Amino acid sequence: MGWQKIAHSFRREIAMKPAPHQVYGIIAALFMVCLPHAEHLPHWVSAVCSFLLIWRFHLAWTGNALPSRWLLISFTVAASAGIAVSFHTLFGRDAGVTLLVLLSSLKLMELRTARDANVVIFLACFIIITNFFYSQSIPTALFMLVTLLAILNGWLAMQASALAWRARLRMAAIMLLQAMPLTLLLFVLFPRVQGPLWGMPQDAWAQSGLSDTMSPGSMSKLSLSDAVAFRVSFDGPPPPQQLLYWRGPVLWDFEGTTWKRGQALLTTVHDLQQVSMPVDYTVTLEPHDKNWLFALDMPTSADVPSRISGDFQLLSRTSVTTRLRYRVHSQLGFQANTEESPALLQRALRLPAAGNPQSRNLAATWRRKLGNDAAIIHAAEQMFHNEGYTYTLEPPLLGNDSVDDFLFHSRKGFCEHYASAFVFLMRAAGIPARVVTGYQGGEYNDLGQYFIVRQSDAHAWSEVWLAGQGWQRVDPTATISPARISTGLSAAVPGSEALPFAARYRSPWLLKLRFNLDLFNYRWNQWVLGYDKERQFAFLTRLGMEEVTWQKMALNLLAGVGILVALFSLLILKRLYAGPRDPAVRLYRRFCRKLARHGYARSDHEGPMDYASRASAALPHKADAIQDITRRYLSIRYESRSDPENLRALRHAVAAFKL
Amino acid sequence: MMSPLRQQFRNWAFRRNPEAGPIVLNQRRIYILPTRQGLFFGFVLALMLLGDINYNLSLGYVLTFLLATTGALSMLYAFRNMAQLQVTAGRAEPVFAGEQASFILHFHNDTDLPRHQLVLHARDGHQTTFDLPARQASAIAFRIPATRRGWLASGQLGLYTEFPLGLFHAWSYLHFEQYCLVYPQPAAASPLPAATALHGTGMHSQEGDEDFAGLRNYQPGDALPRIAWKTLAREQEPQVKKFSANQGSERWLDWSLLPAAGDERKLELLARQVLDASAAQLHYGLRLPEAELPPDSSPAHRDACLKALALHGLDHTPPAVRRQADTSGQHLAARIAAWAGRKLRTPSAGKSQ
Repeated sequence: MGWQKIAHSFRREIAMKPAPHQVYGIIAALFMVCLPHAEHLPHWVSAVCSFLLIWRFHLAWTGNALPSRWLLISFTVAASAGIAVSFHTLFGRDAGVTLLVLLSSLKLMELRTARDANVVIFLACFIIITNFFYSQSIPTALFMLVTLLAILNGWLAMQASALAWRARLRMAAIMLLQAMPLTLLLFVLFPRVQGPLWGMPQDAWAQSGLSDTMSPGSMSKLSLSDAVAFRVSFDGPPPPQQLLYWRGPVLWDFEGTTWKRGQALLTTVHDLQQVSMPVDYTVTLEPHDKNWLFALDMPTSADVPSRISGDFQLLSRTSVTTRLRYRVHSQLGFQANTEESPALLQRALRLPAAGNPQSRNLAATWRRKLGNDAAIIHAAEQMFHNEGYTYTLEPPLLGNDSVDDFLFHSRKGFCEHYASAFVFLMRAAGIPARVVTGYQGGEYNDLGQYFIVRQSDAHAWSEVWLAGQGWQRVDPTATISPARISTGLSAAVPGSEALPFAARYRSPWLLKLRFNLDLFNYRWNQWVLGYDKERQFAFLTRLGMEEVTWQKMALNLLAGVGILVALFSLLILKRLYAGPRDPAVRLYRRFCRKLARHGYARSDHEGPMDYASRASAALPHKADAIQDITRRYLSIRYESRSDPENLRALRHAVAAFKL
Repeated sequence: MMSPLRQQFRNWAFRRNPEAGPIVLNQRRIYILPTRQGLFFGFVLALMLLGDINYNLSLGYVLTFLLATTGALSMLYAFRNMAQLQVTAGRAEPVFAGEQASFILHFHNDTDLPRHQLVLHARDGHQTTFDLPARQASAIAFRIPATRRGWLASGQLGLYTEFPLGLFHAWSYLHFEQYCLVYPQPAAASPLPAATALHGTGMHSQEGDEDFAGLRNYQPGDALPRIAWKTLAREQEPQVKKFSANQGSERWLDWSLLPAAGDERKLELLARQVLDASAAQLHYGLRLPEAELPPDSSPAHRDACLKALALHGLDHTPPAVRRQADTSGQHLAARIAAWAGRKLRTPSAGKSQ
């Protein structure tokens, strides 16, 4: 039938080509989505994506045809090959994200129908999520909202092309705002499952922080970073700054220039005697992809699956890949492992067969002259204190005999140089010693009453084993630069040196601002990013939910969603059922309803005057009232006498009108 | 395209009889289901949620929930975009077969909310898209091809919207007693019959010069060229120039005088003759087997002639009026009979898809 042919031709029109302004909306959304990725994408990928976006913009602007399918396919193959060459793989975090960004930009080049636009929009939503692998900070979250606005704007442009961009943005903003309460509810009550559900790519997380080796320069390099390592809040008053030694990897094996953790200890004996100064505190550790946890010398217990090794390291069962909160109990006064195994003591004396002859000589001289261990330790400290050693972030380069070079020639070094040289001297003199790395001190935030420990607080010190006293901490840095230990890095190194901003400036208001910001960040990390199963259960218990279970959470979630949806339906649909805005019209309608109840309904075609005369004729005893109300109504409506006085009179008249 | 089974289900589930009065779109008339896109969006959200769980991305949860809530919210928006609209059927001007019948639907948006991207469509996919501003009544013309002469019913129309995000399809059905009169398609050419003199003997020239014979009051249906614009400009009652009727030049367009042909062909030829005669402002009458329209030259006469041609051999009243007459008695038996009769009268209704 001819009918259906015509109908089909109309059908095809539905799959219409996007108009230029719709394409601009999609381009803007994709641009916003890809922007934060520019930081870690290879430069050529950023260039190609920018080129594609600009090209597509140009095509929409001029109305030229889109590139052919073959060109696009070859482009796609070339780009994938480029990624495979750049990353040596197409899988894993970085390669995957790059591929996604590139493919979505290419999809833009074949944006022919509304369906293609939808694919781009959904891809864009997905790309936002991949950005959270790199950063989940507050600015990222705010930027996410702006990006969502851009996406919704592009989306609305596809659906309602007649809507002006201002109206679209307004609508997008309103929709996002309206979605927020329910989002909050879902966020709080949606049951959290402890991930991962499947293996994560090895490179899923950015990492910085201490490693399990130490060579000259490794600590000073770390000191240049403002990044937060962990935050600590103490249950009671915090201990003094000079006792805040946050213990990390203990390094046993020296290989010429580098200290290494070496093979795992056979013994797991960790025995503390004569303990004093117990402290309880909570650490919020940033993910560092290693299994060690930081705790004050010396930890005795922690509330996460972990163990304490023979050299008093607190070790987690698994690598820390997400922000981790744990409570620790430590003893600040102690005698550690007074009964140490001979094998371990032997290992604490081991040195490379050759190298650093001057240092060995010095140690031998001390041993001959002084004899007792305590005197040798004292002599070494005195040497550092008196013989012109300086503490600097920019030490000169050292040769193969790094300890000799440092001790007898450059005499300039950072904590790793002093710790390394000191332990070397001790071992050469026959005193069991080891290097301990970790962090020292921290910045106290009065507002939140917690310590911020940054990468710039990274530190290395040494421990010696003395008969009857066990392992004792000796920090050679403290003898050269006491300020480093008591007040922090900025006091210890000259101002001109390249310290991170946070460690350099100490102006009071700037400090306050920084503390405020950090407190905000801390709460963000604690309550938003670190909101996991435990935190959820704790929070819900605090809200008064007894015995949190999944079933209860699900019920609450449903109930909450139901209530919110009902509220929102009311709010959103309210405008539909709002009567006329003009109060006079509302009053007049009430009057009409009264008459209608007695069988004199006003018909659609009837004007107020016709209606009044018909009603008056039917109800002669009420004719005056009917005419009066109609006259008042008409004068308010059509003679613009809508002052409150007239309105009130009309209201009284309508109220008094009874049949 | 829809499978026959689904079509049957739809016919059963959403069947509504034609309605006469205004339709207010309320929650009982508006249906909502996710679109294919909406389902795909749900799938994307599920993937995102899996990613959030696996990588413990707190901000990812926020994004996923925000998108999910916005998506769900769009369902409410879609409903709101249609709700509380009042629809009334307007008139449909007669058309010739082969043209597009234009049905007018009046949409009253008596709320503060502008409506976007509403789509009115017939069952065959033929559709029109429009917006409705707040606090306004808009007349939406909906075109349906007129293929055969007679009464063309608008049939059941669908109204849907996928605004704002295209994730949900909210729809409703509008089935009005709305008919458009379809005139027969005029034949390409059909010479007019010669003028015949019925009264008196005077034979006048073919054109029939019409002398100006004064003014009379305007009546609806008078031809525009005859309105006396000068008097109208003097703010008098609209008046029409009267011409002396040329009794001698009247013509009869006669069914029986046409060359032998099928009925429909004859109607087409007559339609052409009516149009030509009217254009030439002749005084003509129409003679059909069952009716005779006395000679006249007004546009109203032309329309009456065309209507007679359109409904030749058919019922003269639109089906709705017939049905009202049928069902006026409230007896169940009568209604069943009427229903059965309707089925019989429109045997092609089921096949139209």
